[in-house]
Amino acid sequence: MPAAKAQALFRGLMLVDADPAADARRLDMIALWALEYYSPIVAVDGIDGLVLDTEGADHLQGGELPMVTKIFNSFHAKKLTARVAVADTWGAAHACARAIKRETVIIPTGKTFRAVERLPISLLRLPEKTVADLRVLGFQTIGELANTPRAPLALRFGPEVGRRLDQIRGLIAEPIDPIRTAETVQVSRNFQEPIGAAETINKYVGRLVVQLVAELEKRGLGVRRADLFVEKVDNTRQVIRAGTAKPVRDVAWLTKLFRDRTEKIEPGFGIERLVLVAAAAEPLVEEQRISSLVEEEVTDVTPLIDIFGNRGQRVYRLAPVASDVPERSVQRVSAVAEAIEETWVGHWRRPVRLLPHPEVIDAIALMPDHPPRSVTWRGNRHKVVRADGPERIFGEWWRRPAELEAVRDYFMIENEHGERFWIYRAGDGVDPETGSHKWFMHGIFA
Amino acid sequence: MSAARELAIADLRDRIAALEGGVAKRKVCLPFGAPEIDDALPGGGLAYGALHEFAGGGSGTVDGAAAALFAAGIAARTKGPVVWCLTRPDLFLPALAQVGLQPNRVIFVEAGKEEDVLGSMEEALSFGGLGAVVGELVRLPMVASRRLQLAAERTGTMGIVVRRWRRQTEANDFGQPTAATTRWRVSVLPSEELPVPGVGRPRWFLELMRVKAGECAEFCVGACDDQGRIDISPGSADRSNSARRSVHS
Repeated sequence: MPAAKAQALFRGLMLVDADPAADARRLDMIALWALEYYSPIVAVDGIDGLVLDTEGADHLQGGELPMVTKIFNSFHAKKLTARVAVADTWGAAHACARAIKRETVIIPTGKTFRAVERLPISLLRLPEKTVADLRVLGFQTIGELANTPRAPLALRFGPEVGRRLDQIRGLIAEPIDPIRTAETVQVSRNFQEPIGAAETINKYVGRLVVQLVAELEKRGLGVRRADLFVEKVDNTRQVIRAGTAKPVRDVAWLTKLFRDRTEKIEPGFGIERLVLVAAAAEPLVEEQRISSLVEEEVTDVTPLIDIFGNRGQRVYRLAPVASDVPERSVQRVSAVAEAIEETWVGHWRRPVRLLPHPEVIDAIALMPDHPPRSVTWRGNRHKVVRADGPERIFGEWWRRPAELEAVRDYFMIENEHGERFWIYRAGDGVDPETGSHKWFMHGIFA
Repeated sequence: MSAARELAIADLRDRIAALEGGVAKRKVCLPFGAPEIDDALPGGGLAYGALHEFAGGGSGTVDGAAAALFAAGIAARTKGPVVWCLTRPDLFLPALAQVGLQPNRVIFVEAGKEEDVLGSMEEALSFGGLGAVVGELVRLPMVASRRLQLAAERTGTMGIVVRRWRRQTEANDFGQPTAATTRWRVSVLPSEELPVPGVGRPRWFLELMRVKAGECAEFCVGACDDQGRIDISPGSADRSNSARRSVHS
């Protein structure tokens, strides 16, 4: 749209000259940020995109879906709109990220071509002239182009069209040339003869870690993200990323993190080069340990937490939240977070198992403040022999306006077999404004 | 005569300890504080550096509430961090804090698969320096339990498995042998009588189903207090409730 037309459409339109050089500088900065947080291989894609090879690194974010959501949200927090796509190939991810209307999309493995065949050929990363000429010939979508015999196309447009089509389907490799900062600490080892055995890989990974730690020690840094680049003789590359919860400069600790995953390395025809990079490093100063005869040594469990984290398991601690509503009174915090002194207050007993969602039960009860005589939960009738309650919990109106009047009355009941349950009634039993007066099962006591 | 016999028994004990490996010598125990229970266990308590297995009885086979709280009470009385491995995150931490297990001490490791829970437990047990490692498991094969037991023996960390099945009928799986040093079944009993309406201190029926170098036993105990201790319930002489127990064994 010409500027004059836009000005005619919108009153008071502000015009700023495009500054491609500044854009590129900013994009480089974002690429370095992505390198630190998300993936060992990051490169700038065109003038408006980034490409990340996240294979072997997404587990640190909890999987692909949490990862793309996190990426989108961190842009959204800065009032920027990002489109994130995950696909098997660079070409497919490039096309999908620019075509989708949603914020994020994940193309399942093997479904790549089906996802891109309806997309316009302008997303094929071809020169503009080629795209225009193809349009003249009547090609609209990538699928149409792919189903046409190759030879006439190559004769008319050169090999570029075929190459891009193969790249989008993953038939030919398209290595990403990763960016590096000047101060990245990196050590590498070339092999005269390709190596492949697990023991050999372990041995050299161990030596590289020793070298890397020596480098880091000189600079007073500790590693937060370390990448192992495995370069093979057939010019393919595999990357393993290990993350740590705190800056680390410990040989045994780092070696363990990589050796845990040696089995994931596919040596193929052999490995000719191993590179170990400290993608993210933070200052780590030596500190003196207080040697005390009286105080007991507290074990540092951070290495164990890193082992679990790099296996893709969720590691967390639970911390109290100042809320009376049971399901809100607990939050997950990082396993290495500072110790929290406060704990839950109140002498009321709490159930060991809390049902993820309260389940509706049938109860026979005298309103308003007597415990039920009997309840029926999941088809089993429990005769209430003893009960304690009610413990009244009010809704938190500052969170949701609907909770302004809401009330829950909790009872602890025991049946004739000694099974103890935590049930509640929505509402105070008198005023229908406070709740539906239905009964719910919420937890199981020991 | 008796001195000679004692000498012979002590000699035999030494030879057995040598067969069990060097670690067995510095095996120490965590006493329950209730003499009846401690007497039934060799060494006078739950051994550190060993695997212990707890299961629920009745509907507790599915929710495992009593077994989990019993495990939490034991973990609370150990020193050092506690690693709790699970697949179903429905544990309500305020209840664990009420038996003395502070939230700061517990690190949860949530895995998608049972096998990962076993792997995490083994890793944590062989790390050393932890107070206890608790895992909630459906299946505990012999080989896996042997690995956990060996890892626990190497470092002297207490390993606790809370068995929790998907359905009550699957619970006869508990009859399969495992390498655990002790195996317990914890079933709920009606709570202690109060002079006023209300629910008193909960009581459990503890069955010590297997113990290495010891005999099986049964106890009626009062549930964990705020320090994680249990004690023999005064109502245990009353056997009126024993007819109802172990419906599934």
